[in-house]
Amino acid sequence: MSGVVTLKINGQDIGAHDEESILQAALDNGIEIPTLCDLPGLSRIGACRLCLVEIAGNSNLVPACITPVQEDMVVTTDSERLQAYRRTIVELLFAEGNHVCSVCVSNGACELQDLAETLGIDHLRLPGLHPAREVDASHERFILDHNRCVLCTRCVRVCDEVEGAHTWDVTARGIESQIIADLNVAWGDSESCTGCNKCVQVCPTGALVDKGRSVGEMRRRREFLPYLTMMRKENGK
Amino acid sequence: MSTRRPEHRLPEDELELVSQQEQEAKQQYRHHVYVCVGAACLSAGSADVQARLEAEVAGRSIAGGCAVHGGGCRGLCVAGPTVTIEPDNVLYGQIKPDDVADILDNLGGQPVERLHRPTDKPFFMRQQRIVLELAGKVNSERIEDYLANGGYTSLIKALHEMTPAQVINEISRSGLRGRGGAGFPTGLKWRTVAKAEGDVKYVVCNGDEGDPGAFMDRSVMDDYPFRLLEGITIAAYAVGAQQGFIYIRAEYPLSVKRVQNAIRQARKMNLIGDQVVGTSFNFDLKVRVGAGAFVCGEETALLASIEGQRGQPRPRPPYPATSGLWGHPTLINNVETFANVPAIIRNGAAWFAGIGTEQSKGTKVFALTGKIAHSGLIEVPMGITLREIIYDIGGGIPNGKRFKAAQTGGPSGGCIPESHLDISVDYEALAEIGSIMGSGGMIIMDEDTCMVDVAKYFMKFCMEESCGKCIPCRVGTAQIYHLLEKITQGAATMADLELLEELCDVVKHTSLCGLGQAAPNPVVSTLRFFRDEYIAHIVDGHCPTGICPLQTPQNAIEES
Repeated sequence: MSGVVTLKINGQDIGAHDEESILQAALDNGIEIPTLCDLPGLSRIGACRLCLVEIAGNSNLVPACITPVQEDMVVTTDSERLQAYRRTIVELLFAEGNHVCSVCVSNGACELQDLAETLGIDHLRLPGLHPAREVDASHERFILDHNRCVLCTRCVRVCDEVEGAHTWDVTARGIESQIIADLNVAWGDSESCTGCNKCVQVCPTGALVDKGRSVGEMRRRREFLPYLTMMRKENGK
Repeated sequence: MSTRRPEHRLPEDELELVSQQEQEAKQQYRHHVYVCVGAACLSAGSADVQARLEAEVAGRSIAGGCAVHGGGCRGLCVAGPTVTIEPDNVLYGQIKPDDVADILDNLGGQPVERLHRPTDKPFFMRQQRIVLELAGKVNSERIEDYLANGGYTSLIKALHEMTPAQVINEISRSGLRGRGGAGFPTGLKWRTVAKAEGDVKYVVCNGDEGDPGAFMDRSVMDDYPFRLLEGITIAAYAVGAQQGFIYIRAEYPLSVKRVQNAIRQARKMNLIGDQVVGTSFNFDLKVRVGAGAFVCGEETALLASIEGQRGQPRPRPPYPATSGLWGHPTLINNVETFANVPAIIRNGAAWFAGIGTEQSKGTKVFALTGKIAHSGLIEVPMGITLREIIYDIGGGIPNGKRFKAAQTGGPSGGCIPESHLDISVDYEALAEIGSIMGSGGMIIMDEDTCMVDVAKYFMKFCMEESCGKCIPCRVGTAQIYHLLEKITQGAATMADLELLEELCDVVKHTSLCGLGQAAPNPVVSTLRFFRDEYIAHIVDGHCPTGICPLQTPQNAIEES
């Protein structure tokens, strides 16, 4: 049973299908909410916490990407508190890896960079953790640079849910977490990887890139993304 | 002369017969010696004591006869290995194999003075045992002994005399709340699962006890797992589940062994399986062993782990009660919660609700550890004061030291300072001062403990146990840990303290699951009550207890 509900987002009256998420309803009405792990067409995991919003009468913040709209819901997406939390979360990401835009192939086409700009982050208050991370250039066409990975797991999901290969997964836990191919082999040695490059197309940063690009040269075929939704629908998922 | 063939008896009569036979068998012996075979006593050498006892008993003639049993945790872990003589109720502590001869020489007479641990002391007298009521009195590996002590009468009562709705009503009216730490009303949870749509339902027991210093659930699983099985089976009947899982952490190999043994024996007695005690209720139970992740104590991560997925939490709602294991309605409760159930069904909701406070009913098992004279396992009525636990039951702080703080709830909890010693130990009062009831870990700290160091210890734990899925917990805990390290090294400024508090707020309010949301608690709580210690480290370059190796310019000069 599908119906239509009305709700308020940032004071604006909005109509939406009752199966839609708050995020979808907001985007349809021109209200931007920052996201990182979310990508239309992939399963939603509510992990990056950037799309957290306030709902009147609920003391907890909720992720807009997976919270369905409800009749008479009153949502705030851009309070000062939320913006401060988002800035800190993005700062945490910058401090976690080794993100040096000036030498990154994705400079100028990076979602992490875009988030920093949108949220007005011009310096880091947190000390960089400068982890020693590796670069896997064993694949003949692509590179996985762990220094630039934000662990959004889009690659893991697109590989599993759309390509059906499940080459990628996450190993270890906490701050030691890392993306691995198969049972932790070099990408080039992976037996399950089909070389479809979907993971490269969905990566928000310079972690998964084409070989042979120089600084700022990596461009993704974003027109590829809408097809994900279609492919998943055809898969019946 | 003919005997009735077993299949002509009703299943419950069959069980009654087993119980009677066990009682008669026991009556053939005047003395029963129970050697504690819990993990603490085993590690102190109780297996050798039991072997020596069995050899000695076999080799000498004892008036009236003597039987030796494994099982019998009395909770006084500090005195392990312990031995209990029944029916005289004589407790001996710190037994070595060479003490065995003396114990057997004095059976039925005056207890051996040098080994005797009188049980009329506050440690025993001030406790009230419901969950642990049979602990110390039954054999850990024989279901017959459990039956002989009234075990499984509650399950038979529930199956024969009560409808599932009546069972749930009884649990609701008892006021039982989840003993895993959060204190969600158990009856409400059961009703939600019972009402959830779907033919397939599951019951899951959370035995992934992971808080540092906590061993309540281990004791139940080690010492008398049958009690846990009975509680789970009653719950399955109440919510309409056909399959159950007991999730036990891999670090508890003894629990895994004992619970698996208990399941085998229960199945043989038709206390689980098809048509349980002759009714139309079918229920099977399996053990799932964890793989070492603390976060799998979080219910959605635990369910993912049972399904064979990476043990990571997912956002709620949907709650497991409506969409749990493989998408089916799933009841998930903690070991201690289930272990309360048989007593409530047997004695009634009103009896249980008569114990404790207005909001917190019944008892709570605590693992009392740290700087305390009688460390061990205790069960106390809700509403007891912290002072009574520490000074009456716990015997106070050893070596004439002064009490500083009690830590409850482990890495998700907080500390309680001396000024709050008279606090009522219940869910609400503990939450009010920034701690939590938690699963039952209670760590006592004396004046030599540095509270910044304690906060750092717990934050390191959370950092290492974060699953890494959400950003605030994965990176935030690491940043907080590094800030605490900076403070304990004497390298921090007041701006760092400000940043520390800000990060605690972010991690608490934006993390995905309970692990991250509660991870800042130890820091926030120590900042609330011991802020001056943080300031001493930062401003004065001085650790008041001398624990932290501060590297201040002053120290550097002195060292050179």
